[in-house]
Amino acid sequence: MANKRIEVKDLTLVFGKNKKLGLKLLDEGKSIKEIREEEGIAIGVNDISFDIEEGEMFVIVGLSGSGKSSLIRCMNMLNVPTRGQVLVDGENICDYTKDELLEFRRHKVAMVFQHFGLLSHRTVLKNVEYGLEIQKVEQTQRRKKALEAIKLVSLDGWEDYYPRQLSGGMKQRVGLARALTNEPEILLMDEPFSALDPLIRRDMQTELLSIEDYVDKTIVFITHDMNEAFRLGDRVALLKDGELIQIGKPRDFFENPANKYVESFIEDVDKSRILRVKTVMTEPKVVGTKGQKRTELIQKLQDNEEEHCYVVDENNRLVGYVELEKLLVSTHETIDKTIDRNYEEINRNAFLADIWSKLDESEVDVAVTDKRNYFRGVIGHEDVVSALS
Amino acid sequence: MFKFPEFLRIEISGPIDDAVTWMLKNWDAFFDVIRDIILVMFNSVEGVLNIIPWWLFLIAVFIAGWKLYNVKSGIILSSMLMVIGLFGLWDMMIYTIVIVLISVFVSIILGLPVGIFMAKSKRATTIIMPLLDAMQTMPSFVYLLPAVMFFGFGRVPAIIATTSYAIAPLVRLTYLGISEVNKEVIEAGKSFGSTSRQMLLKIEFPQALSSIMTGVNQTTMMAMAMVVISSMIGAEGIGEQVLIAIRRQQIGKGLEAGFGIVFLAIIFDRVLQGAAQKLKERS
Repeated sequence: MANKRIEVKDLTLVFGKNKKLGLKLLDEGKSIKEIREEEGIAIGVNDISFDIEEGEMFVIVGLSGSGKSSLIRCMNMLNVPTRGQVLVDGENICDYTKDELLEFRRHKVAMVFQHFGLLSHRTVLKNVEYGLEIQKVEQTQRRKKALEAIKLVSLDGWEDYYPRQLSGGMKQRVGLARALTNEPEILLMDEPFSALDPLIRRDMQTELLSIEDYVDKTIVFITHDMNEAFRLGDRVALLKDGELIQIGKPRDFFENPANKYVESFIEDVDKSRILRVKTVMTEPKVVGTKGQKRTELIQKLQDNEEEHCYVVDENNRLVGYVELEKLLVSTHETIDKTIDRNYEEINRNAFLADIWSKLDESEVDVAVTDKRNYFRGVIGHEDVVSALS
Repeated sequence: MFKFPEFLRIEISGPIDDAVTWMLKNWDAFFDVIRDIILVMFNSVEGVLNIIPWWLFLIAVFIAGWKLYNVKSGIILSSMLMVIGLFGLWDMMIYTIVIVLISVFVSIILGLPVGIFMAKSKRATTIIMPLLDAMQTMPSFVYLLPAVMFFGFGRVPAIIATTSYAIAPLVRLTYLGISEVNKEVIEAGKSFGSTSRQMLLKIEFPQALSSIMTGVNQTTMMAMAMVVISSMIGAEGIGEQVLIAIRRQQIGKGLEAGFGIVFLAIIFDRVLQGAAQKLKERS
């Protein structure tokens, strides 16, 4: 299992001056709605806990007013939690001093906003440079980084335009580039595609997934769109009235909806077009490494009662596939000569609806890779069937 | 029965007069410093304006009108300036411009920080806002009184009266401009780790600039209006010509001076509004 990057512990957020009373009423078991109507105290988040793992795309979904935007703002202290903790890499960011917080915001975390939050008096390039500029990074160096980020979001050629001259989709690319320039470990995205029209939104989603392949970042993504949530998320958290209703992989929502509300939420979703390979794939029990001793791998395979496994190189790139039968008859010291390079692979971001043919052709579980050919997992017929049923 | 009862009358004019006398006696060094600063400003601005030849003013106004609007506006604005000269009001106009420029300058120096402070502090807003309302509803004559009391007659009290009358819109629009910067833009600035100084200089101030420019424009217009009234306490300039014309009942001369002021105001207004518009288009 990957490391925990963000841990949210018993987080409660009360707005306004009367925070103590708000907390007291919550402890007495009053609902958020009652507290708002009786005392006029707004509560954004009520006692939420969860972990976000390193490199994960974590989606928080909920209708408007469910507290999702308030929650994500606790992760860079734009909202200060009233009670509870937010730990990032084990450090409680609520305890940070002013300087530590600046440092944290400058290097660890960056945010993308629903309405872009671009500086209208600056050009695209100057917007993208902003994060480095306030860190007093030298001009040539920050320009170089900014141009790289602009290229990554395919906005090259637009550097000297002003935000008002760009379309919505392009503005959000600027927002994304600006966030990426800081090279943050964590990317917070607050409904980044909600203000875009549906076609552009689909493009941006695809693009985000392909960018994610290149930059290994932990991404926290907020949306009110269930389809978007399941399409993008490695894991999804569903919020309602400031409370966490269900959290899990997209398929968990279909297999074990926590309650009626979740059921109604996912009712109209075409699972095969929403679920991605990466959310259904499984971790292989055995993975061979190039140059590994033959006997060692045979032992492992036999221990796990496996007939075959995939082989990766030292960088975790997929190189091939070996069968136990062939290993047993081989006479070589290592497994290298036995590797079969004739195998099927599937991109981890493909939709289940699009991989049927490949699964049908293959007798064994198919390897799942990303754009850089890193081996990510395997997927078989039964995984897909159980996910869709 | 219908008359307001005599015994309810309170005298505050006496104590106020006493207080002023006391302040004049004990704080005279303070007033002298202010007087000196203003005189130095007056002399240097006047000196600069006087070494610019008259035709350069015409060309400058033409170029401003042309660049901000079109050639036609450039021609109209510079002909207005020409008319002022033709009426024989050129030298008076320079005086008027000096007083207006200094008043606007002092307004910016004092008004900007106050406006920014208001945007940052709710408490300051609740105190200063009604003050601004009062300042803007108070009849302009009232400003003459304290100026005369503390500084006598002449240029210095004229500039002080003009500044105190004209400063309110600048404060108000600075406050508005800064407090109305888009919330997400503010959040974006914070989320990248801007210090509060960087927030102000790199985000809030540039974003509020077009609103602030509108404030500068309004302040200039108010200063133009006040500079005429200030002639009553000894400000030289076109306003003085109006005053003289009223005393001597010379309608023709009064109208000439009146048009002179209107034209000057139009030139100021067009140029500043054009600049504000250009800034707005950018954002």
